[in-house]
Amino acid sequence: MCLRAIGYGCGMELKVTDLAVGRGGAPVLAGVSFSLPGGQALVLRGPNGSGKTTLLRTVAGLQVPMAGQVHGAEDRIAYAAHADGLKAALTVAENLRFWASVFGQSDIAPALAAFDLEDLVERRAGQLSAGQKRRLGLARLMVTGRDVWVLDEPTVSLDAASVALFADAVRGHLARGGSALMATHIDLGIEAETLDVSGFRAAAAQMASTDEAFL
Amino acid sequence: MRALFFRDLALALRAGGGFGLGLAFFLIVVVLVPFSVGPQSALLTQIAPGVLWLGALLACLLSLDRLLAVDWEDGALDLLATSPLPLEGIVAVKAAAHWVTTGLPLVLAAPVLGVLLNLAPSGYGVLVLSLALGTPALSMIGAFGAALTVGIKRGGLLLSLLVLPLYVPTLIFGAEAARRAAQGLDPSTPLFLLAGITLAVLAAMPFAAGAVLRVNLR
Repeated sequence: MCLRAIGYGCGMELKVTDLAVGRGGAPVLAGVSFSLPGGQALVLRGPNGSGKTTLLRTVAGLQVPMAGQVHGAEDRIAYAAHADGLKAALTVAENLRFWASVFGQSDIAPALAAFDLEDLVERRAGQLSAGQKRRLGLARLMVTGRDVWVLDEPTVSLDAASVALFADAVRGHLARGGSALMATHIDLGIEAETLDVSGFRAAAAQMASTDEAFL
Repeated sequence: MRALFFRDLALALRAGGGFGLGLAFFLIVVVLVPFSVGPQSALLTQIAPGVLWLGALLACLLSLDRLLAVDWEDGALDLLATSPLPLEGIVAVKAAAHWVTTGLPLVLAAPVLGVLLNLAPSGYGVLVLSLALGTPALSMIGAFGAALTVGIKRGGLLLSLLVLPLYVPTLIFGAEAARRAAQGLDPSTPLFLLAGITLAVLAAMPFAAGAVLRVNLR
């Protein structure tokens, strides 16, 4: 199930080996290893503050790992964080079109349809409800054309119907050969492996050197 | 890149975008100076180039803390950093958009405001030229300062303190060129130095700002 036509790097798997991540110089997780082949999803679980966001930011390339490697992530990741990066003064269509052109794409219609935003295209993003904003933020993933979705709590402020829309979008993405790495607490009804990060908590003794911020 | 540039322009021009803030500040400074100095047109003529340059510089400084902070607060900067655009390019494009919405209006408004300060007729052309050469450097240095302070809540004070010393060479040569022209002297030496500073800033600062931003986003 591999569609090369839409530019997905099929066969490439995201491979994380012995990764140690930290926040502000203090190690949070250590020894994290997993691999995520195309067409599969991996759900990260763990209590608040257990390092899920830090791990996702590291995989997305926003942070440098303290140890270990992330393979197969270059130019393949579409990252979605707690904040959707929407501009309140721009309309729904303008927001999506901007991200599409940043990622070298042009067609925003499938993303609008998948997240039921067609009636809102001319609405300013600042006038959307929290759930509608979230849907727009997730629709952004579909206009990136990237094949690894890295999602941090994607279902926050979504209602049940919207969660179903999101689950359908992820399922479609996986069927096209893409993959998804997400931190979420609710069951999306997607066939996915689960990784509990609380088992990888870094020992406090492994304090990093203080010049970490300058490396 | 182009999409980012036009998005920034659109955001600046729409309600709440802050377009006109710098221009209004420039206007206020220049209108108030004659009141504070008093009705001495000879003195005003003498200080006009310096006041116009200082007003333009402070007006530019006023709008800097929005340059990256807004994108950082709503998460767009994180998303841009994971996009195919290089961070150096993102900073350079945002500085360019800042110049178009802040620096360019100042350049265009300066000759009109020069009348209020009784600027000598021979100074107008070089005043506009020196501002056109110098304000791009102000925007680019400002973008570097904004990259240094991104992520700091209410970082405006720190940003001003960091950026002001870097603005000094531009201010000295820009105001000097305008002053020499107003007095009927040859302004070419300070103009060349001003252009040199701007070119060096445009060449080096995007990389410095990109590196700083990469560290600050962690």
